[in-house]
Amino acid sequence: MSTFQFMTKSDLTLLLGRKAKNATELHAGLREVPAMSVYFHTHRFLQQHHYLSPEPPNDFAYWVTNVLNDDILGERLASIDIMQFTSIEEIRQRFLSLLEGYLQAAERKIDCPRGEEFHFMSCQTFAFPTPYVATTLREFRDILEKVSINTIYYHMFDARMRPELGNNDFSIWIRDSGYPELATAIQALDPYSHTLEGLRKAVTRLIEDYVSD
Amino acid sequence: MSAIEEYGTVVGPAAIEELFLLARHLRGTVVQNINSTAVGGGVAEILSRIVPLLKQLGVDASWDVIKGDERFFVITKKFHNALHGVPVDISSGELDLFVEVNRRNAAEMHFADIVFVHDPQPIALVTERPARGRHWIWRCHIDFSQPERRIWQFLEQYVRQYDAAVFSAPAFGRALPIRQVLISPSIDPLSDKNRDLSDREVDEVFERFGIDRSRPVVTQVSRFDFLKDPIGVIKAFRIARRRVDCQLVLAGGGATDDPEGPALMQQVREEAEKDTDIHVIFLPPSSDIEINALQRGSTVVLQKSLREGFGLTVAEALWKSRPVIAGAVGGIHLQIAHKYSGILTHSIEGTAQWIKHLINEPEYARRLGENGREHIKNNFLITRHIKDYLLLFLSMAHRGEVTYLE
Repeated sequence: MSTFQFMTKSDLTLLLGRKAKNATELHAGLREVPAMSVYFHTHRFLQQHHYLSPEPPNDFAYWVTNVLNDDILGERLASIDIMQFTSIEEIRQRFLSLLEGYLQAAERKIDCPRGEEFHFMSCQTFAFPTPYVATTLREFRDILEKVSINTIYYHMFDARMRPELGNNDFSIWIRDSGYPELATAIQALDPYSHTLEGLRKAVTRLIEDYVSD
Repeated sequence: MSAIEEYGTVVGPAAIEELFLLARHLRGTVVQNINSTAVGGGVAEILSRIVPLLKQLGVDASWDVIKGDERFFVITKKFHNALHGVPVDISSGELDLFVEVNRRNAAEMHFADIVFVHDPQPIALVTERPARGRHWIWRCHIDFSQPERRIWQFLEQYVRQYDAAVFSAPAFGRALPIRQVLISPSIDPLSDKNRDLSDREVDEVFERFGIDRSRPVVTQVSRFDFLKDPIGVIKAFRIARRRVDCQLVLAGGGATDDPEGPALMQQVREEAEKDTDIHVIFLPPSSDIEINALQRGSTVVLQKSLREGFGLTVAEALWKSRPVIAGAVGGIHLQIAHKYSGILTHSIEGTAQWIKHLINEPEYARRLGENGREHIKNNFLITRHIKDYLLLFLSMAHRGEVTYLE
């Protein structure tokens, strides 16, 4: 059995100095900002509000709903199933096409109040190893119970967006370790519909069946 | 001063472990903080807490203060007001003096690997950069959303010479050719203002100020400043009280540099004298325990600001699991996700409506408060602030979108 090195991550938030006051400017900005900015705005709430259930949606949907007060567009943006995409560019294209459809059909275009513009941001990610390494599934489960939520986030969310993977790190190691059914069950979890603590519990629960066998 | 490990009891040992893991990568790098005062003011307060904690993590951090005479600080006070959008009159002679004081300080200083300059007063030290110091970062702690144009143009020539500028809220970012970083302020959960208090300690403070804890209490802790809208708070309270029984507490200090301050305080006093359910409490600067108790013992906390740099009183109240209704301005947006971790309002009537709602719906109010505490725990405690500083220092040597540290 190979070893699993538990990693963790932290993000430094960057300001891009660009803002939008309506859906047209949101679309223009979304088209031009770096991919990391799209990642930041579609994943930030998962980390910053990971304890909430139901979780607030992505930044775009939150701003459109709560600042522009456009419930219909907000609901559409919130309903985008990020789980179905394995690259940031795919996510960007989905948001852009939804906004384009809206802008073509919209009868009125609302500007936000001054001072409540959408500010495009981005991030620089630092990934680094924790002292925890698992060599067996039992060790893996024990460590999973004590690592920070940043570790869960790194292996379950960031891993899916790494182009060569398209899967979470846990499932890859568990499959390679001879537990293909468990790997598939973890892969089938929708991480975007769990809080991070909920996700920790869900993965631990799935492993429990295999460890006690 | 608390030891860094003690914060593990609040944020969990894994979070502290991550700080040590990050700090390890800064061994051999000297970080020099520079500001303009060793005591008094928010910047000195945060540096006095963060620098010792960075040292405990193994970072070689230092803190130097520039020297300036009264004339220099009169000029920098004008800068401060101008950056808040207040029109000021600054002569070219004053600008020359500002640069000269910075030049004299620079000549006497030894600069480290990373020079971390706080606020505008020492900003022009960077002109010494070609000769000394490897990386220069400018940290702006003040509201920067609508700076007065001429002063911004003067300061911008210096900002552009830094490797990065750090702002406290997204709205403060500008079109600049250098990297801009968002680092929000933080509260210290182990300080007197935020640590746990016993029911007895809370009761004692309420009794001392003659506030009845058996009835709902709505509180705003803030300077008596037009921008904190204390009169708007009184109006909202009076509308709400037509439907629900409650008392109002307005607690805080005066703004000594605000010419409209005395008139506003007088107006607030007069309103309070007409109404026994309004308690106006003027607090001296060393009232941390009193503020803590007033926030902790309140049914609803308000921060009805009309303009706000960051508004850390919101974080303080949320940390105490209080439901907060706040003006949708400045950095308050970062602290409250509307209807999830607090309530954002735009008007006196809206504020009144939510006061009634939260007093009548204690279960919903409790959920808001609990979510708010979790949000602050994860995003606005001093440990997050330290982590951001560590990442900022590391970003000077690592520029890729994703950096893998060994």
